[in-house]
Amino acid sequence: MIEIKNINKTFGDRHVVQNVSFQFHQGKTNLIIGESGCGKTTILKLMVGLHPVDSGSVFYEGQDFPKLDEKGQQEIRKKIGMLFQGGALFDSQTLEENVRFPLDMFTDFSKEEKLERVNFCLQKVKLDGKNKLYPAELSGGMKKRASLARAIANSPKYLFCDEPNSGLDPKTSLIIDELIQNLTIEFNMTTIIVTHDMNSVVGIGDNIMFVHKGQNWWTGDKTQILNKSNQELFDFVFASEFMKKVYKGLHQAQ
Amino acid sequence: MKPLYYIGQYFMLMRLVFKKPQKYRVYLRQIIFEIDNIGISSLPIVAIISVFMGGIITIQAAFGFESPWVPIYAVGFTARESVVLEFSSTILCLILAGKVGSNIASEIGAMRITEQIDALEIMGINSASYLIFPKVAAAVLIFPFLTAISMFLGIYGGYVMGVSAEACTPYQYIYGIQYSFQPWKLYYAFTKTIVFAVIITSVSSYCGYYTKGGALEVGRSSTNAVVYSSILILLFAVIITNLFFNH
Repeated sequence: MIEIKNINKTFGDRHVVQNVSFQFHQGKTNLIIGESGCGKTTILKLMVGLHPVDSGSVFYEGQDFPKLDEKGQQEIRKKIGMLFQGGALFDSQTLEENVRFPLDMFTDFSKEEKLERVNFCLQKVKLDGKNKLYPAELSGGMKKRASLARAIANSPKYLFCDEPNSGLDPKTSLIIDELIQNLTIEFNMTTIIVTHDMNSVVGIGDNIMFVHKGQNWWTGDKTQILNKSNQELFDFVFASEFMKKVYKGLHQAQ
Repeated sequence: MKPLYYIGQYFMLMRLVFKKPQKYRVYLRQIIFEIDNIGISSLPIVAIISVFMGGIITIQAAFGFESPWVPIYAVGFTARESVVLEFSSTILCLILAGKVGSNIASEIGAMRITEQIDALEIMGINSASYLIFPKVAAAVLIFPFLTAISMFLGIYGGYVMGVSAEACTPYQYIYGIQYSFQPWKLYYAFTKTIVFAVIITSVSSYCGYYTKGGALEVGRSSTNAVVYSSILILLFAVIITNLFFNH
């Protein structure tokens, strides 16, 4: 489990994250949602230490990450897998080398064991047989899946996903969402997803934090989010024409 | 106060770069890759420039000596001194700062803006050490070889041009390049090369590592890498020359 307590972050005179607290549960897909620029990616980066927190705590199984020394932080990071918005695959390496990279760095596996693990991960994300392709030869969806394969290569305890559906068509988005959810359950990971995609929210949102103006505005799950509980959340959830129709349908049914 | 900030930031980065490697085997593989990437791929340009520069120095010396008191073998002597003392160490490294420095800064800069460096950090890898140390080590290992090859080709280019232009005979040229040879000048040249290898790779990596923004900024980092490396090469050339020649 990961818990954030009263975290704050300021860039210049902009207070981007304000006293945010939340618990992210193991074996669940935990979502951080909110409109663009509300601070959700910053929260994610504060949690993994890409930005230092100004104040507050980030507990990984009770250990306060920002207060750990460099070695302690590295030990926790070895248990983290991350899917970046753009994939962040290493351009000069093939798909196989990309997925093998964390194994090269942190395990003493033999060549055969590494290849077996790489093939297992690629098969999990339905990219088996694409070992020798370079990132430039992959489509957007394939890049995300490849990045996911690299993220799970070292059997992480925590999986962070920064907008895994951005730039993807609805069908591919659905595939990515299903993959993340299945992997979360199969490997019993604590998965944290930053998104503003409502399909993901109502599809895989086991535990949701709605961020508005850098603050934790609402918490709940995918069954509760469609109920009008506050105006800001309502405006966010039912912003699209499609979701407005869903809302009408829900009302008519009631 | 900005320059002090950048100097501090550079040394903080170098502190991370020279930390104990996390996996020696991976680093060794990277060093071998970088030797090829930085050194072997620079051989053609080093060879071409060295041969032509050696030839040009020889012809200028041959037709520039108008006094009958200057012996003809001085042509070979001049070519050797120019190539060994300055061309194959300082000028060659200025050229490599353009080729290798811009390459390193743009490579690391592109990795920064596409979150590849963040990906390394999140995996628990010391990204500065993993990306920069193999480049510095590779350059320190391979640049002296490039310098040695450049010295040989520069002097050989001078021989070919000098003899074919009938500025001197083969005997006079070979006598000239052997005349009053002082081995410590080779130490001087190779010392400069090693220092410049560290400057080019570390400064260029620094410029790339702290790139912020997009493609435009990657280009700017690449330009900065060449400019700062060149200025530092010249500055350290003066310092090292003073140290060697004043004692």
